[in-house]
Amino acid sequence: MARKKKTDWSKDVFKVLKKADVQQIAYVPDAGHTSLIKMAIADNVIKPVSLTSEQEGVAVLSGAWLGGEAGALLMQSSGVGNVINMLGMANECRFPLLMLVTMRGEWGEFNPWQVPMGQATEGVLEASGVIVHRVDEPSEIAETVEAAAKLAFEGGRMVAVLIGQRVVGFKDWTK
Amino acid sequence: MAARRKITLDRRKVVANILKDRGDLLLVTGLGAPTWDAASVEDNPNNFYLWGGMGGAVLTGLGLALAQPQRRVLVLTGDGEMLMGVGGLATVAVQKPSNLAIGILDNQRYGETGMQETHTEHGVDLAAMASGAGFQTTSTVYNAAELKTAIPMLYNTPGPVFVDVKVTAEDQPMILPPRDGPTLKHRFRENLLGSI
Amino acid sequence: MATKSNTKYTLQRRKVVHRILEGRGDAAVVTGIGNAVHDVASANDDPKNMYLAGIMGGAAMVAFGVALAQPKRRILVITGDGELLAGIGSLATIGVEQPKNLSIIVIDNQAYGATGNQHTHTGRGVDLVGIAAASGFKKTALITTNAELQAELPRIHNKPGPYLAVVKVMSKSSARIDAPKDGTYVSRRFRAAVTGESA
Ligand SMILES: Cc1ncc(C[n+]2csc(CCOP(=O)(O)OP(=O)(O)O)c2C)c(N)n1
Ligand SMILES: [Mg+2]
Repeated sequence: MARKKKTDWSKDVFKVLKKADVQQIAYVPDAGHTSLIKMAIADNVIKPVSLTSEQEGVAVLSGAWLGGEAGALLMQSSGVGNVINMLGMANECRFPLLMLVTMRGEWGEFNPWQVPMGQATEGVLEASGVIVHRVDEPSEIAETVEAAAKLAFEGGRMVAVLIGQRVVGFKDWTK
Repeated sequence: MAARRKITLDRRKVVANILKDRGDLLLVTGLGAPTWDAASVEDNPNNFYLWGGMGGAVLTGLGLALAQPQRRVLVLTGDGEMLMGVGGLATVAVQKPSNLAIGILDNQRYGETGMQETHTEHGVDLAAMASGAGFQTTSTVYNAAELKTAIPMLYNTPGPVFVDVKVTAEDQPMILPPRDGPTLKHRFRENLLGSI
Repeated sequence: MATKSNTKYTLQRRKVVHRILEGRGDAAVVTGIGNAVHDVASANDDPKNMYLAGIMGGAAMVAFGVALAQPKRRILVITGDGELLAGIGSLATIGVEQPKNLSIIVIDNQAYGATGNQHTHTGRGVDLVGIAAASGFKKTALITTNAELQAELPRIHNKPGPYLAVVKVMSKSSARIDAPKDGTYVSRRFRAAVTGESA
């Protein structure tokens, strides 16, 4: 089965982030975020921040908001495991926090080591007070991110958009 | 900050060279390409491959080294993986495990996820960080001659030893070892301890 | 390797922090969890202080985010050795990004003071100054005396960073001076003070 194209939705999502006036994009890479990361780096307003660990991203975006800017954190589902304690700050201070999480460990996963965290992702986010929007239909990703950005930045909440592995595509391990 | 020098080493050849005369070395590999590199040499029961747990390879090696003080333990991992758990270097240095060596296959990229640049591409010097953490023996390797000097360090110099091997950022064919966690664990323990 | 026991250090943390904050001008201050919160609060409860009473390991990155958003303002991090160690990879991230307006001051008592003075790694060979330099910090300093502190003040406040200083202090902690604890209150107040927008 062929991997669905990534660029289609990435472009629209990027437009949505620009419209939401996102100025900092922090990330630990995932294959599913490849084009978004490239667009963030190419943009001359957005400050791309490459992190060593996802937990840094929650902190940097809290600081961004304190300094008057909005941001987004890009990561794969395993990174959610790294951010849990740091989410406590965003929760306590009611910082807006927009996270775009590409899922692993589910649809067609080949690597069993991705499965535990992938399966726990939604639950631990919700247990940590994050509002979760899940999307498995490529044509709905951009509008979901748009809604999530509104809820985050205007509603003052932590919101994660989980982008299903079905959409991101899974690795072709046979090559 | 690291001086910029030309990077020429091929990661597969580096790993083949390191593991050529491994004896009874215990090997822990970080997720992604370092695991495929090790598997490309041979699938050895003294290998424990991480297929996840990004940031955890060095500390897995530390626990093993503390449990098996008579055996040499080598961790081979990537720069991205190392950076995600870089505080572990301080933890290792404080423990001073004399039988632990760490080798970084530093392509200055997150190879697995699309070759995005890591911090080592921008001057972050992992060997200097290790030395700041308290490692007495550290080195950065750029060519075959330097690798030749570094390999005996990985095996014989009292640890903890840290060697950052700069390798070219090329995609290599994936050579996949077993990935079932319980299988890897049982195989490793049975081979080492005689029982699971 | 600095393995000197902290009993040999003579600087008092609170005096050090007060001395630094005297010259802060319009700088914003982010504190790490632990005694740093009390040290900063005891100087003056300035609205441009963001007290982090949680998220161990996060202070430097919070401050980095502020530094990106407020490039004209100096941002000071006042934090402890244990807190910084918990997020040490941040130094590499900051070293790559090179924010000129960020200074990190580590109040290093070589202990987790807030939880009962257990040893941290800094008393056992771990050199935070060396790690910062390896991470790409342009200017770093190890401060053990008042004279050294005095000499570093211009770099802390004015010279281009990113800057990191480790100040070795006595392990004795001073009285608790609580900062406002409500995160929503402190953060709204901070944001209003640094952006000039209403809270
Ligand atoms: C917590 C977490 N975040 C992100 C990932 C995605 N990921 C898997 S491998 C990898 C890159 C590893 O890079 P490096 O260690 O440098 O190895 P290389 O492939 O470059 O040799 C990343 C980011 C992950 N598995 N876990
Ligand atoms: Mg790499």
